[in-house]
Amino acid sequence: MKASVHMRQHKLALCRDHYLEWIPEQTERFIKKYEMFRREERVLVAVSGGKDSLSLWDILHRLGYQADGLYIGLGIDGGVGYSDESHRLSEKFASENGLRLHVVDVAKEYGQPIPILAEMSHRGQGRPCAVCGLAKRHIMNRIARDLGYDVLATGHNLDDEAAVLFGNTLQWSGNFLRRQSPALRESPGLARKVKPLCRFYEREMAAYALLRGIEYIYEECPFAEGATSIYYKELLNRLETDKPGSKLIFYLRFLEARETGLFAPAPEEAANLHPCPNCGQPTSTDDLCSFCRMIEKLKTV
Amino acid sequence: MTVKLILRDKEFEVRPGMTLLSSLEKINIIPEAVLATRDGEMILEDEILKDGQVVKLISVISGG
Ligand SMILES: [Zn+2]
Repeated sequence: MKASVHMRQHKLALCRDHYLEWIPEQTERFIKKYEMFRREERVLVAVSGGKDSLSLWDILHRLGYQADGLYIGLGIDGGVGYSDESHRLSEKFASENGLRLHVVDVAKEYGQPIPILAEMSHRGQGRPCAVCGLAKRHIMNRIARDLGYDVLATGHNLDDEAAVLFGNTLQWSGNFLRRQSPALRESPGLARKVKPLCRFYEREMAAYALLRGIEYIYEECPFAEGATSIYYKELLNRLETDKPGSKLIFYLRFLEARETGLFAPAPEEAANLHPCPNCGQPTSTDDLCSFCRMIEKLKTV
Repeated sequence: MTVKLILRDKEFEVRPGMTLLSSLEKINIIPEAVLATRDGEMILEDEILKDGQVVKLISVISGG
């Protein structure tokens, strides 16, 4: 059969059928290599309605893992009904595949949708992305723990990881570099977190969703326009076009360097985490964690 | 004599006889950032585009 996808970084071209087999096989390999989870464990997949998270859910289901979904309603409209549409597509995927989807609506549970929460809390210079990230991390972790899941899986692909890595390297943010990993062990108050797609290019995940016929939200989050992460992805993709494999090497060599101790923690660090008195998730302050502090402050306005 | 490439609401025209890769470079689109389809089928970067063909480009990059 005629090749459909050419992966220059692997010097590999595959037809549709083989590609649709190859991606899950590779995913299985990464799940084992990075000791993400075992078949008897329960996985909670963070589902956004986008190509990566829906493909991840599809792949884990096909591989025979027990994977339920979690959709977080952020209440972002942007004139295109962004959250409503991504919710609809997530529900559609779940029902078509007979899968279980948990839904948390931020406005219902915390009083306001993300854009208003961000405005009221004066975080993130006019962009709600920082507050959105904080809320998503908090909620994913809470649901995984409350409902007894062993592990939380997100759809981050290699381009996502390389862009974050690039940003953290430009700043030499040791704290972030040390924690960036395909699999983060559970710790007091925090669920285990894994990224089974972290070695696939973004383009490969789009090709998987397309060839598999997964209907995903094509529109970008209205707040992502002009985001630094997208700019970094663009820079890395220019490099990739000129030198195929650059992105992959950048990321893999980083993982190796971290494994061999290039980013060892400063000795006094690490121990200084306390459980938040409200939610139990770890925080570096003696008081409420930043999410609970944000929600608390809103009640007083 | 043209080949049409469409990305979201933008249309580009290039001359036929070039590969998809050269055509993308001509219109300043990073090849890594898109998938190309013709008549619903994905096509590869070394494919030579012919007169009258319409190529639909799918952006693969998202934020976050
Ligand atoms: Zn808290």
